[in-house]
Amino acid sequence: MSVCDTTTPKRPRWRAWLETDTPQSVRQASLQETWRKVLYFRSQPLGMIGLALLLLLLFVVVFAPLLATHNPIAQDLDARLLPPSAQYWLGTDHLGRDVYSRIVYGARTTLRIAVLVAIIVAPLGLVIGATAGYLGGIVDEILMRITDVFLAFPGLILALGFAAALGPGVDNAIIAIALTAWPPIARLARAEALTIRQADYIAAVRLQGASAARIIVRHVMPVCLPSVTVRVTLNMAGVILTAAGLGFLGLGAQPPWPEWGAMVAVGRQFMFDYPWVVAAPGLAIAAISLAFNLLGDALRDTLDPRIG
Amino acid sequence: MAPITRMAAFGRGAIPTSAGLRVGLGRVVSVLFTLLGLLALTFFIGRLLPADPVLAVTGPEVTKATYDRVYLELGLDRSVWQQFLGYIGGVLQGDLGRSTTTGQPVMQDLMRAFPATLELSLAAAIVGSAVGIPLGIAAAVNRGSWIDHIARIIGLAGYSIPIFWMGLMGLFLFYAKLHWVGPSGRVDIFYEGMVPPVTGMMMVDAAIAGDWTVFRSAFAHLILPASVLGYYSTAYISRMTRSFMLEQMTQEYVIAARAKGLSRSAVIWRHAFKNIRVQLLTVVALVFGGLLDGTVLIETVFGWPGVGQYLTRGLQFNDINVVMSTVLMIGVLFLTINVVSDWLYRRLDPRTR
Amino acid sequence: MSEPRLLQLQDLRVSFHSRDGVVDAVRGVSFSLGREKLGIVGESGSGKSMTGRALMRLLPSTATMHAKTMRFGEIDLLAASERQMCQVRGRHIAMIMQDPKYSLNPVVTVGKQITETYRRHRRTGGRAARDYAIEMLDAVKIRDPARVFHQYPHEISGGMGQRVMIAMMLAAEPSLLIADEPTSALDVTVRFEILQLLDELIQSRHLGVLFISHDLNLVRRYCDRVLIMYAGQVVEEIEADRLNEATHPYTRGLLDSMPRIHRPRHRLPVLQRDPAWREPLTADER
Repeated sequence: MSVCDTTTPKRPRWRAWLETDTPQSVRQASLQETWRKVLYFRSQPLGMIGLALLLLLLFVVVFAPLLATHNPIAQDLDARLLPPSAQYWLGTDHLGRDVYSRIVYGARTTLRIAVLVAIIVAPLGLVIGATAGYLGGIVDEILMRITDVFLAFPGLILALGFAAALGPGVDNAIIAIALTAWPPIARLARAEALTIRQADYIAAVRLQGASAARIIVRHVMPVCLPSVTVRVTLNMAGVILTAAGLGFLGLGAQPPWPEWGAMVAVGRQFMFDYPWVVAAPGLAIAAISLAFNLLGDALRDTLDPRIG
Repeated sequence: MAPITRMAAFGRGAIPTSAGLRVGLGRVVSVLFTLLGLLALTFFIGRLLPADPVLAVTGPEVTKATYDRVYLELGLDRSVWQQFLGYIGGVLQGDLGRSTTTGQPVMQDLMRAFPATLELSLAAAIVGSAVGIPLGIAAAVNRGSWIDHIARIIGLAGYSIPIFWMGLMGLFLFYAKLHWVGPSGRVDIFYEGMVPPVTGMMMVDAAIAGDWTVFRSAFAHLILPASVLGYYSTAYISRMTRSFMLEQMTQEYVIAARAKGLSRSAVIWRHAFKNIRVQLLTVVALVFGGLLDGTVLIETVFGWPGVGQYLTRGLQFNDINVVMSTVLMIGVLFLTINVVSDWLYRRLDPRTR
Repeated sequence: MSEPRLLQLQDLRVSFHSRDGVVDAVRGVSFSLGREKLGIVGESGSGKSMTGRALMRLLPSTATMHAKTMRFGEIDLLAASERQMCQVRGRHIAMIMQDPKYSLNPVVTVGKQITETYRRHRRTGGRAARDYAIEMLDAVKIRDPARVFHQYPHEISGGMGQRVMIAMMLAAEPSLLIADEPTSALDVTVRFEILQLLDELIQSRHLGVLFISHDLNLVRRYCDRVLIMYAGQVVEEIEADRLNEATHPYTRGLLDSMPRIHRPRHRLPVLQRDPAWREPLTADER
């Protein structure tokens, strides 16, 4: 920021517009508010590191075929359990597959799980929470009891149960995780909806004759959306770890497709003599969940000025 | 670890802010409802989700005769409601069905495995509290100092590093390289079965028998899994302790205590800490529940013959009955712990007594 | 002045650093105080409470303070170590806070909170401290002190809580008392009793008092001298009985916007704030 200011003698017009003390319109003022948050977010080094790591993940996922040095599933039994070298950057596993290339392709599995879980969980939690909070009464009671039941299991355990019943595989793991990850989101959305339903503009819409469903979809859910988005981001680290745990227990991607948790599990028996087989994929999991944690913390600090 | 994040979400709901609102009958009904929900959920997952519940129980290779027997055993000839009622009836009588792998009643297997899990979780909870609480307090009262940063790093690592991986790395470093701790299992193999089981917890049994060689061996095997598991509770406990403590340190009564001339340590321990003790008790109880989650992975890594390993064995051999029964048992335990900690909270706080 | 000054303060400045920049809460406050009742009046945010807390070095960690002089008797409060400050607090300077609901520790019994002050400064045994605490409870006119001794703060009323607060703060016999809005959180009916009690104790114990309040009428009746604060500065210092001669427009505005029984007015004027009052005062004006 300060770097920008010194290198560019004159601030670009859009920045001047964003930073003026006298906004001309409501839209400008609200954009300024957003801009201030962006600036604050950028001033948090840890959050930026998290963001950078996730962008790196995205880059790896998109360009995996270019970044990988070997075919991730090609076995070469003559090159089993080789230590890291110029040819095999992170060594090879017990079937002579290149660990580095497997990690690169494994990133696809991880990102796929994270994104799909988010896409399922956010609307699910939003609909349940907003409906419960807006309608209140018996609907609220029933929905929240159901939420409580899901929360009464430790997260991984319930996901294990679902995954076991659905059978192994990435898609089933995604469904299993999503089915266990929605309750906190629903709770949050409900809390927001509870405060909104008292608002005058909701009363006004109701007086105009809008149906409950319309009010929930058009007026309540959009208001809950920002906090739900932040919360889903915050929970992503947990999702990644649960996914890795399922993979470790053999419930994620099936061989020979690379998945980080499963790579750790397979490497276990060779670990004492060939530690790289286990170390590298574990570090990859840790790096990505760390990235989500850093990003989540920074986001929360940015959006919640009380902690500062 | 995932359980910790989940626990945080759960903790907010479970720690009553205005206690005494839902006491008595209302609470009992609500707990019973949740219990019924647990049963319904495990029933649903175990019997209705799999395409063929019989094959889910027996595995794909099965003779026609076995298939039919299991079909009847599961009561699949009856309606879903009758099946569900039969399931509840069975659970209430302690009948969880048989394991296809061990051939034993699941209940019996679980009872045998439980003490090992309890021993591990207790040790982990002790490690977590003994490190996490002082760390959280030190971080809060020295906000922004090096110790606060260390607490933050420990916390971040705990929320980011997969627990099974940390367990494996621990084995690699402390067992294979440094020889500080024992390998997998609960004691060295030649001590197996040397002390009579009383509590089922190896160290306690060895102490009761006065056999200190076994005790030492058991300790050497317990310390690493307990520490790894305890590390994750440290991350959570220190984070919660820090935020509770930060909240207290800005309270007016803390200023008043300082205005009386009390020393820093007196203000911290005799005033602020006293106010978070009950909250901490709830946190530790919740951590204990969350440890159940971590034990599944840690027991698998360390070959610890507890409930978690039983569950993953069941997974491996496609023993759905074992899996769902264990899931149910852990759910019931988790719920019990929450109810008890809730009750303790209301009992111990002078404001709500 | 025949008596030596208890407290001397010169050019106190307190500022807060936050994400959005620096906020100056106190901007160059000076006064001295003997064994008298000095009132500080100002609206919320004027810096009056921060001045009181700065004197005891009890500011939040986000605050920084500077002063040219800050002395209590022979003790230089600016140079004193935290250890020395612990000896000053409670023993020499004590503070009564606004709301006993928050300023008493909810999970510590009343008795313990009083004995604690006493034992901190007069190394005595538990038995003697207990007797003394009950004596103190009696001195603040609590009926059945032996019973209240064992009670928790939430079990007693607000008025009683403030009596306990006074007992707790006077237990080590300080010579200067900072009373920060001591009656604002109380029921109107008990305010007067608490003030009266406070006055008696001040008389009998020969205390110097810094009375911080937003209530000009109260301060004028209660104190000998009044400082009027606005935006972190003292805009006027005046004897309480000469308040009618106040010259600063802010003080005049405050006086003018108060209802009076004998001269009923249809509508009270609203205080018009002049941005010029926020400007730093010149050395001359101070």
